[in-house]
Amino acid sequence: MKQLSDTLFNAVVRSCAIGTLILVSGLCVTLVIHAMPVFRHSGLSFLFTSTWDPLRQQFGALPFLVGTVITAVLGVLISLPFSLSIAFFLGEYFPSGKLSIFFQSATDLLAGIPSVIYGFWGLFVVAPFMQKIEIRLGIMPYGVGIATASIILAIMIVPYTASIAREIIKLVPSDLKEAAYALGATRWEVVRHVVIPYAHSGILAGILLALGRAIGETMAVTMVIGNRNEFPKSIFDPANTMASVIANEFAEASDDIYLSALIAVALLLFLFTTVMNMFGRFVIKKLTVRQES
Amino acid sequence: MKRLTWMFFVMLACMLSSILGYGAESLTGAGATFPYPLYDKWFNIYHHVTGVKINYQAIGSGGGIRQLLSKVVDFGGTDAFMSDEELQKASGEIFHIPTCLGAVTVTYNIPGNPELRLTGRLIADIFMGKITKWSDPKIAGLNKGVKLPDMNIVAVHRSDGSGTTFIFSDYLSKVSPEWKEKVGRGKSLNWPTGLGAKGNAGVAGMVKQIKGSIGYVELIYAKQNNMPVALIKNKAGNFVKPSLESVSAAADVDLPADTRVSITNTDSPNGYPISSFTWIIFYKEQSYNNRSKARAEALARLLWWMVHEGQRYNEDLLYARLPSKAVEKTEAIIKSMIYKGQPLVTW
Amino acid sequence: MRTGSYSRRIVISRIMECVIFFFAFISLLPLTLILFYLAKKGMAAIDWQFLTHLPRPVGEEGGGVVNAIVGSAILIFCATLMAVPLGVGAGLYLSEAKEGKLSYWTRVAVDILQGSPSIVMGVVVYLWVVKPMQSFSALSGSIALAIMMLPMVIYSTEETLKAIPCTLKEAALALGVPYYRTILKVVIPAGMSGITTGVLIGVARIAGETAPLLFTAFGSPFLDINPLKPVAALPLVVFNYATSPYPQWWEQAWGASLVLTFLVLCLHLTAKIGTRRWKIQF
Repeated sequence: MKQLSDTLFNAVVRSCAIGTLILVSGLCVTLVIHAMPVFRHSGLSFLFTSTWDPLRQQFGALPFLVGTVITAVLGVLISLPFSLSIAFFLGEYFPSGKLSIFFQSATDLLAGIPSVIYGFWGLFVVAPFMQKIEIRLGIMPYGVGIATASIILAIMIVPYTASIAREIIKLVPSDLKEAAYALGATRWEVVRHVVIPYAHSGILAGILLALGRAIGETMAVTMVIGNRNEFPKSIFDPANTMASVIANEFAEASDDIYLSALIAVALLLFLFTTVMNMFGRFVIKKLTVRQES
Repeated sequence: MKRLTWMFFVMLACMLSSILGYGAESLTGAGATFPYPLYDKWFNIYHHVTGVKINYQAIGSGGGIRQLLSKVVDFGGTDAFMSDEELQKASGEIFHIPTCLGAVTVTYNIPGNPELRLTGRLIADIFMGKITKWSDPKIAGLNKGVKLPDMNIVAVHRSDGSGTTFIFSDYLSKVSPEWKEKVGRGKSLNWPTGLGAKGNAGVAGMVKQIKGSIGYVELIYAKQNNMPVALIKNKAGNFVKPSLESVSAAADVDLPADTRVSITNTDSPNGYPISSFTWIIFYKEQSYNNRSKARAEALARLLWWMVHEGQRYNEDLLYARLPSKAVEKTEAIIKSMIYKGQPLVTW
Repeated sequence: MRTGSYSRRIVISRIMECVIFFFAFISLLPLTLILFYLAKKGMAAIDWQFLTHLPRPVGEEGGGVVNAIVGSAILIFCATLMAVPLGVGAGLYLSEAKEGKLSYWTRVAVDILQGSPSIVMGVVVYLWVVKPMQSFSALSGSIALAIMMLPMVIYSTEETLKAIPCTLKEAALALGVPYYRTILKVVIPAGMSGITTGVLIGVARIAGETAPLLFTAFGSPFLDINPLKPVAALPLVVFNYATSPYPQWWEQAWGASLVLTFLVLCLHLTAKIGTRRWKIQF
């Protein structure tokens, strides 16, 4: 009796794990199956042409790929000085104390705000501001566009990169740092010559994870990127990312190939983020293991 | 913890009981964004009058068509009628009924904003980049006595897929063979020149921003924002100002029985040429998916209400009413709806 | 290491410190701005009617978002109902069977799930649920949200249970308590605080999600608690109203944003405080 209930319990728990596994593999399989028609329809030109004309059944996803990469990379670049500053601030300068708690809560708050609200705020506050700048610069005052989207993305990923980088910085053994201090190094020299060399691969992994997140971010970007299916010529141009094109057009796609094209974009997006994530996690896991052993 | 468990069961019970009450008293629709404010108003009033809940989400015309084809909604809304090909793909016969009329106006920003007169060909030439100056003799010839500035023309178009672009390009394709060949008609086009902006608001904003620009927006939008609009020469040779009356007049022509017709470049002498119907689409045979008869009837009654009592609210929201000829055709269509082969409308 | 004079090095260190402090403080600026705008514009839109009435058509004054508040509640409730048993089960498995092929691949799967974009969930659930059922529904929306929430529940369960000392479990087993009762009555209650925190953080995450709901929950202007019908949700309302061309709806969107942000931040706070108060020390 006792053994039966135990077996049953084990089976249930095991099936939960298997269920999760099936869920994820089912997800991949579904995407691949539904994306097939468009690859059969236009082959690899789906990835390398830049005309997205659903009416004439021409599907080239290049503008979205480029739009996604530019927006995400730019966003991460803008966010870097800020997130690294926070990480050093919390990890090195003020690891504890009131100021640290205040910063910690503030960044948590920043991370907790839903992305649709970032988008909304971006559309009504940042975009008009960008428009003014663009008028000053003498370029087309769209307001929305790649630059605006990158700024919003940067704000959104600051807390994320900062918290990863901080964890990594905290992993730096204190005897290393103390040794440097004992040799008379200044604080900056310790950061520059001890902390950064030790933590750089971890920080890089954090940046990769942030990039993965920026690539997959949907709502905030959709609201401020301008949604234009053309190849962007400057960073102030409206464009589309993979996520935003799905959000905008998925409910509207009326024929099968069009729908399949959007699902193929979803598949690409999924692959992109998964690769970034797995790689980032792999590096961080390796670092943590090195620390523990 | 006890209280939590309690709340949990109460909520579950509520939700389960509401599944059992899954009835005909609510319908789902999706589609065109253009008539959304009117539909929203209609369905709100209809709910108060009859108690029937209608959930309409504005996801775009293409979306309306697809969701109807996959039978996810009870009816769809579309600004561009379905082509014969699209209809053939459907698993049942699909009906169209027009519900109201909209129009696309040409708006501009030149010093003093005088009232301009334009022809369809001229507009096509401007948007193709063939006419580049406001002082071009072709424009001046139509507008004697108007002081036109020696400025470059900046054409502003919609960057997102839109029914507005469809109507606009549909008209230009009819009046300009060159446009038809080079650009064509569609919801998003391969524009030869000009700047893109998102939404009516985006186009309007950009036109206001840039001196010497010209763009197209929906009539409602131009009216609400007091924008200058051009008079356009119709087929009969009259220059017509876009207004609710001239748009209604454009639809006052002989319609085919299925109402699938483009009324741009209308024959009507007082009609504004860039006008269009917007349609509700639904299946003729309403018994698909084991739908209840009550549900099918609710839909038929709603449609009937929309083209009769509902029309009263059109003009307040700046949509043109259906002309009586169109209402007659619509009545015939609604009366031919069937449920398991039997006529649905018996009142 | 290149070295200069002592005072120069001190100055450089000082300057860099200032730079780091400067950037760190600047990065709080957006937060202040967002909260400021939310408070200023949101408070103006929120009154009793806003929280208790249904939306009204464009052009009519008043109206509220009670449908969205209730809709969000239904979605979150159903999602939690689905994600928690599955997540706790899977987390339990991972913490018990640390090594092994299944655990390894499950962990990989959870990592993938954690990183995948929310819009992809929307697409997949549309294909899985909405299309076969031929109706948008609260159910499909909550399935998408449950998938989003799953990794959080699994991670927190696994981490919490791993931290519980073996002695606790061994003591129970030594007393002759069957294995499954040991887990259910000893291990899980001991880890309850951690699991609850994970669930709360998961809920906070999905409460603000919009993308997976676009093609699943769909939105609805009515108050409906039937899970087989489309429902509105707060983030969806914010998105729809914000991208509409009507200034009146923009105001409502600010109001809805404030309500949503408040809700999400409260959940975060509860999770934080909860962790501290309920934590069982070993």
